[in-house]
Amino acid sequence: MSIKNKFHVATRKGWFEFIRENNTWKINQTAFAGVPVSISLAKNGSDIYFAALNHGHFGTKLHRSDNAGKSWQEISTPKYVKKNDTDEAPSLELIWSLEYANHTNECFLWAGTIPGGLFYSSDQGESWQLNESLWHQDARKNWFGGGYDQPGIHSICVNPRNDKHVTVAVSCAGVWMTNDGGETWKIHASGMRAEYLPPEKAYDPNVQDPHRMVQNPSDPTKFWVQHHNGIFHSNDSAVSWQEITSASPSHFGFAVVTHPTDANIAWFVPAIKDECRIPVDGKMVVMRTSNGGQTFEQLTTGLPQEHAFDLVYRHGLDIDSTGDCLVMGSTTGNLWISEDQGEHWHSLSNNLPPIYSVRFVK
Amino acid sequence: MAKIIFTSNLERHCHCPTKIVVGNTVIEVLKNYFSEYPAIQSYVLDDQDKLRKNMLIAVNNEIISDRVTLLDPVKENDEVFVLQALSGG
Repeated sequence: MSIKNKFHVATRKGWFEFIRENNTWKINQTAFAGVPVSISLAKNGSDIYFAALNHGHFGTKLHRSDNAGKSWQEISTPKYVKKNDTDEAPSLELIWSLEYANHTNECFLWAGTIPGGLFYSSDQGESWQLNESLWHQDARKNWFGGGYDQPGIHSICVNPRNDKHVTVAVSCAGVWMTNDGGETWKIHASGMRAEYLPPEKAYDPNVQDPHRMVQNPSDPTKFWVQHHNGIFHSNDSAVSWQEITSASPSHFGFAVVTHPTDANIAWFVPAIKDECRIPVDGKMVVMRTSNGGQTFEQLTTGLPQEHAFDLVYRHGLDIDSTGDCLVMGSTTGNLWISEDQGEHWHSLSNNLPPIYSVRFVK
Repeated sequence: MAKIIFTSNLERHCHCPTKIVVGNTVIEVLKNYFSEYPAIQSYVLDDQDKLRKNMLIAVNNEIISDRVTLLDPVKENDEVFVLQALSGG
């Protein structure tokens, strides 16, 4: 299998497609100049692309391209049902995650949103249905925002062997799982710890703030989470989570990816915790564990080692399907690529807009 | 009949020409306009049909006070301006 030759970047000021030609990465096309793009989605071999826009004043919109990004059209956007009690009635604030709900049929989609609703489409985004079962969980009344004013679903893991097995991570409401395609849900955050809450609430599953969750494609029983409070790992389909405390220089961060064929390998991008949120000592570092979190290496070759202020958001790190190529984008518009599992990083740009998401087309 | 005029910044994203529209309240004017240009509705109103947080509507020179039900009156020959607050960078 060869390194994938295309990835997409969603930024505060537009969408970018990078391609690899003659061993060189370059911008192939752009779209939505000046408009915040929160997340994008595309599949290898398909001309169907999606991009979620956050216009701010004008609301959140979803666009689709049917010709591999040459042109785009606005399509239906997930919408909350109008209610009479207007004080409590929700409205879409952000499409924070977008995933294929079926691994063979790209008509089916999941969208995770702020203020916390999970939406499903069976027609390539022409229409959306709120997942009522998750939305009407009693526990949802206690969900709260982390980073944003309202809670949001930023990670949607669809089991590659069973599309009905879906696991979502919520800031702040822990991890929720369905085994029946969304008809019923259970919380799966046992073992997670929220240091920022009173001790008696610290292990409450419904208050956890997982910043990003990934499921290993080759062993879907294994998950990694970069949590507000540290790094967590599960070997049992998220029945239980173990806190990993061996990472250095910091347990705090947002992004995580896992190797596609080895669940013991995962990458993280550390930062100073809480209000500060900048690289430790001004040094840009990627942490990699190759043994399930027992030890971590600090990967720095090619990354700035002084005066770096780059923060890598939840979706700002991705890995291709070979497990060799990683792409990383930061809040200061730096974009790096590594084609050797993070050993060496190469700068692709120092002046992109703040980067929200990078995604290989795989 | 009132004239409804949208900020030119919206035209970049969604076609919204100035039109003469029937209506005795702001919401009536908007709904009548949206019946002809449905795509613009979600740019102006949120999922609950409230005016989006950073949008403004003025009837002639007066910014409307009812952002929830949009029942401010509109008289014959009034001008209804749909505007955005300026922010960000």
